[in-house]
Amino acid sequence: MIIEKFLNKWILFFLLLIPILGFVLEEPYYITLTTKVIILGIAGIGLNLALGYCGLISFGHAAFFGLGGYVTGILSFHALNSELMFSWPFTASGSSNMLVIWPIVIITSALLSFIIGVLSLRTTGVYFIMITLAFAQMLYFFAISWPNYGGEDGLSIYMRNSFPMVNTMDPITFYMICLFWLLLAVFISAKLINSSFGMAFQAIKQNEERVKSVGIETFKVKLLVFIISGTITGLAGSLYTDLNRFISPSVLNWQMSGEIMVFVILGGIARLYGPLVGAAFFIVLEQTLGGYTENWQFWLGLILILEILYVRSGILSLFEKKLKYEK
Amino acid sequence: MTSILFFEQLLNGVQFGTMLFLMSAGLTLIFGVMGLINLAHGSFYMIGAFSAALIAGLTGSFWLALLASLSGAAIAGVLIEIIIIRRLYRRDHLDQVLATFALILLLSEGVRWCFGAFPLFLDIPSNLNGTLPILDNLIYSKYRLFIILMGFLIAFGLYILITKTRLGVRIRAGQNDRQMISALGVDISKLYTIVFALGASLAGLAGAMIGAIQSVEVGMGEPILILAFVVIVIGGIGSIKGALIGSILVGVTDTIGRIFLPEVLKIFMEPSSATSVGSSIGSMLIYILMALILIIKPSGLFGKN
Repeated sequence: MIIEKFLNKWILFFLLLIPILGFVLEEPYYITLTTKVIILGIAGIGLNLALGYCGLISFGHAAFFGLGGYVTGILSFHALNSELMFSWPFTASGSSNMLVIWPIVIITSALLSFIIGVLSLRTTGVYFIMITLAFAQMLYFFAISWPNYGGEDGLSIYMRNSFPMVNTMDPITFYMICLFWLLLAVFISAKLINSSFGMAFQAIKQNEERVKSVGIETFKVKLLVFIISGTITGLAGSLYTDLNRFISPSVLNWQMSGEIMVFVILGGIARLYGPLVGAAFFIVLEQTLGGYTENWQFWLGLILILEILYVRSGILSLFEKKLKYEK
Repeated sequence: MTSILFFEQLLNGVQFGTMLFLMSAGLTLIFGVMGLINLAHGSFYMIGAFSAALIAGLTGSFWLALLASLSGAAIAGVLIEIIIIRRLYRRDHLDQVLATFALILLLSEGVRWCFGAFPLFLDIPSNLNGTLPILDNLIYSKYRLFIILMGFLIAFGLYILITKTRLGVRIRAGQNDRQMISALGVDISKLYTIVFALGASLAGLAGAMIGAIQSVEVGMGEPILILAFVVIVIGGIGSIKGALIGSILVGVTDTIGRIFLPEVLKIFMEPSSATSVGSSIGSMLIYILMALILIIKPSGLFGKN
């Protein structure tokens, strides 16, 4: 564990180095790419809480990612054309201020995770995997067939949402905003994992019956983890819409759920920075292999299968072994 | 007029349901016997359709193409089982989900590599082309009736296979107690390969038959795979009877819901918003159905607790 902490410091150092490097080399593209890594990493950190630490294999986190994205897109869309969003039961207009959008995203994501959680957590094992998948697909089909916000074509928002006093269209500024959320997500995860509540949900992963027998209501614990997990992923979705200035149903698709899961597993399950490393690996692979061949997903699939069959504990574990040998 | 439309849509729903059954029967067998969640099952649907399109293009015969879909998917199933899937039986569900997710990427890109990104087309044979009068005013596509017939024949065949044959006895024994039947001298890894290939070939056949109505393209298997998951969750994982009833239920609900929900809503709402709300809810209807069934029975209609 000491070695993992050491690695984490390097990761942090690297994250602070990127904007400086991008600025000096005048390559804003790399800053944008790293911003994408960070946002996907946050989504993964959200999933990691449920999947990695509590053993809840959710195959539907795209639902939260997409919801966060759509809430952001819709609010911003209405702010631009200054129409009311709805007038019943109360009137609501859009907003393009991140400080307004974020709380709304957090509330709606938490609400959605509560609804999906209450229904899905009645089941376990394979049923849970498939039900979370089905709920995400339900939202996906809803987004496709609901014509008001672009339907299948998606929704463009033209201007990144604003943050008081700074220019969010500047890549470094937006990078810093995302980095702030990443660190907050890591901080919240670390605090949770080491709390008594965290002990409870990690124990549930190992043996739920025993946790029940000491008098902990495991359903409530799992539900709360699921809500926190979904909310963090939802916030990542909000940032993702701002990054691309575009949202489409494809972020709700089951492939998105699969990819978020891949970040968690590639980096190393139940590790604080695992999802970030996994997302970074994924994006680097996409960028390099994608340059050589159209069929880069073939190689991604191959690497994933080899990883699952032979490495089993993620990229970070490879580093760990190396460091051990060096010492 | 409406009742004719209703019957026609009902038949469409049953036709859709029988194809879903071919997919979900394989999935539920593979889960029941080997305890494996196979996300790559949709890839066999695609492989079957592409094998059929290839053979139909070479020979011009639809029947040879159907045979090719069965054998193509079965061969792919055997190879993939031996090389990769076999190593996953003892792993937890998470590893299985991820490995088979990776397998989808691998197989989809592999097929795109071989056949290109453009959809292929598979022609319906001339003697199944056209329509058949069923009732006074109701005429219905011969080919769709053929699909329904095939679906029920295969369901019956599976019933005979599972309940009356030696292989069926072993499959049921495998569902109940894997260790015991391998201790009794049954070559369990061969049994697993056979079951996997059987599931794959059923999916392949479904792919070829649907490919003739729609188009044969990469990624055609995933939408139907997710519906097959919904089916086996509703029917109860591991139960073939549940898969049959779940398939018909999902097929009919989906088809009827999409057509009639907007019509029903028009009674309460103005037509334009009724159409958009109705089609949105119509596409979500089977998931709502699934949620309702799980609230009442968390392990599905015919699942064991």
